[in-house]
Amino acid sequence: MNAAWSRIPDLLAQHILLTAAALLLGLAIALPLTIWSARNQAVARVTLGFASLVQTIPALALLALFYPLLLLMSGLVGGGIPALGFLPSLLALALYALLPILRNGVTGLVNLDPAVVEAADAVGMTARQKLWLVEAPLVVPVLMAGIRTAAVWTIGAATLATTVGQPCLGDLIFAGLQTQNWTLVIAGCIASAALALIVDALLGMAENGLRRRRRVQVWAALGMLVLGVVAAIWPVLPTGGAEKRVVVGAKGFGEQYILARMIGHRLENAGYRVTYREGLGSAVVFGALASGDIDVYVDYSGTIWTNEMHRTDTPDRAAIVKGVGQWVAKTHDIRLIGPLGFENSYAFAMRGADAKRRGIETLTDLVPQSGEMNFATDLEFLERPEWAAVKRAYPLHFRSAQAYTPSFMYRALESGKADVVSAFSSDGRIAKLGLKVLGDPRHAIPGYDAILMVSPQHADDQRFIAALRPLVNAIPADAMRQANYMVDRDTDKVSADTAARWLERRIGLASGK
Amino acid sequence: MPEQSYPRGPSVAFDRVGKTYDGAVRAVEDVTLTIAGGEFVALVGASGSGKSTLLKMINRLHEPSSGSVSIGGEPVNSVPVHELRRRIGYVFQNIGLFPHMRVGENVAIGMRLKGEKQDEARIAELLELVELPREFAARMPDALSGGQRQRVGVARALATEPKLMLMDEPFGALDPVTRDTLGQAVRRLHDRLGLTTIMVTHDMAEALLLADRILVMEAGRIVADGDPHAMLTGKGGAAADALVAVPREQAHLLSRLEQGE
Repeated sequence: MNAAWSRIPDLLAQHILLTAAALLLGLAIALPLTIWSARNQAVARVTLGFASLVQTIPALALLALFYPLLLLMSGLVGGGIPALGFLPSLLALALYALLPILRNGVTGLVNLDPAVVEAADAVGMTARQKLWLVEAPLVVPVLMAGIRTAAVWTIGAATLATTVGQPCLGDLIFAGLQTQNWTLVIAGCIASAALALIVDALLGMAENGLRRRRRVQVWAALGMLVLGVVAAIWPVLPTGGAEKRVVVGAKGFGEQYILARMIGHRLENAGYRVTYREGLGSAVVFGALASGDIDVYVDYSGTIWTNEMHRTDTPDRAAIVKGVGQWVAKTHDIRLIGPLGFENSYAFAMRGADAKRRGIETLTDLVPQSGEMNFATDLEFLERPEWAAVKRAYPLHFRSAQAYTPSFMYRALESGKADVVSAFSSDGRIAKLGLKVLGDPRHAIPGYDAILMVSPQHADDQRFIAALRPLVNAIPADAMRQANYMVDRDTDKVSADTAARWLERRIGLASGK
Repeated sequence: MPEQSYPRGPSVAFDRVGKTYDGAVRAVEDVTLTIAGGEFVALVGASGSGKSTLLKMINRLHEPSSGSVSIGGEPVNSVPVHELRRRIGYVFQNIGLFPHMRVGENVAIGMRLKGEKQDEARIAELLELVELPREFAARMPDALSGGQRQRVGVARALATEPKLMLMDEPFGALDPVTRDTLGQAVRRLHDRLGLTTIMVTHDMAEALLLADRILVMEAGRIVADGDPHAMLTGKGGAAADALVAVPREQAHLLSRLEQGE
């Protein structure tokens, strides 16, 4: 409970900075476009059309699209443009903020009393004098209403910046959703809603002051907003040692959160300043390591083997780890430090009693009965090459196949909505729910050793490698499963950080801190 | 022609001036005309006769499609348009006071545009000129009546001491009493300051009572040109007679009512 609230100040500060920067950038783009559009109808059609089009793209997709776009641009200019984190979030949110500002501004200018405009011309104002003396003061209240709308939208949409690795209040919401920790979700929602309400009230106060020409009220409201942003900058400012800052990446599930914290603890003890980018998609995270947006993370050998190397053969576990290590070093200058000692494989699982009744021990036994059974998977399995490999080896034809988030996938199996799931072998819920894991006699599924990989920048960093090396072959599958269950279970769950500390003690790697 | 007793106002000349909209609608057709310095001229005609368009080509709120306009012998397009307009007073039906500025700031806008400081004494003097109390300088425009607002409009137009005053239906939206008093006030200012005044109106009675010279427009052309007496005595032609007939008939009816017939 307290762990959730204690993360808020830091994430709130990041959230405020991100939205303030996005709003300012949006304003800087929207204001000249507004003036140009009000003067020229053809331009207005293009700008308003573009801004409306941007609005129709879901914010989540808009953020995700900036990742490949920035990677491409970075490639064109020879690197150096960060494709994850602040920059893509800033650009996507600024684009998102354009429409309400632009639309209100153009509407305000076009609907100015024609008599006032005629008078401004007739008394001999130049275009610039007309803009500053007449148009701007009369349109500012309308424009302010647009800025208010943009601010509320941006604060809400910024929670999605988590998915491109920018720390924000969305971190709480996404982590909470993945681990079904509703306290975290609610903490994130309340914080972002409160922020939106306060900012809306202050901007509303400024707007009201502008309409009634009360300067003091306008300056008071804007002053409080500036104060808020300054207060947010304070804790985020780097406090020296910037060259030792490192970023630990994690995909979006409990085991990844725990491992990221373990890695982070060891690096902190070695004197590094650690930040986390959690909840990254499987497709994004490897590219992020290769481009140096993150410095270290844990992946699974079979994932790289099938998804990145496009291999369809399945040699033994050690051969796969070795093959992956050579391939990532050769093609991306990534260093594979070693396996952690446990496997998190895709494993087909059934309710224990059900498997017994039907006499199913292996995937081979499953084939003849699959037509009357329902299949539940995680969100990506049906699209992954592993599923294609399994189908090649075992001609399974399920009555239905439905994708869920991992937590709901197990719920579906428990409730009988599904009969077979694509479980993860290190998942603590397999033992707790009494599930039967089916054998794979034809070796269709490759090995999935958890492997520790380091970005090209730190591939030769001896201190960095030395700090992490004790993790190699140090985590038994059973210990990992127990730690996973601590964060994944429905009641009495603990934070990933607490589970990491527990796991460190369990395997004898507890730090002095 | 009235005698030239106000030599200070500039003359205004139209040379074969035409104006077409969208290449088709002809608003003004081939107007050649000279207005002497110091004249008070009324441009009269029905809606759509082209009188406002003709007026606005003088301060270039409209540009002619053909021909040229000059003030005091200088073509209007020989100086930057904002400089031209700062030398011309302009008053129009919708007034166009700046709603976010106080009355005083509205009156002083011409001085502000030239970079001069706001001169409270000058504002008071201008308000006095249009018969408004000087305390009005601190009010916002929306606290004024329609007639008071148009007086401010006139004060604003006079602030930079222009010698040429253009008025486009200046009293069109006012009640009859205000209309009459403000009309007479403008005429007094014209005489006192030695202006050249060109006023567009659709009201022939107003034109007859205020102007020295009346131009009647119909379908973009000047169809009658003469002093009020000439208009009233049928020398203006058919179009002018039709316009004069209305107030004349009203005057007859009123005087008969007065005599109890």
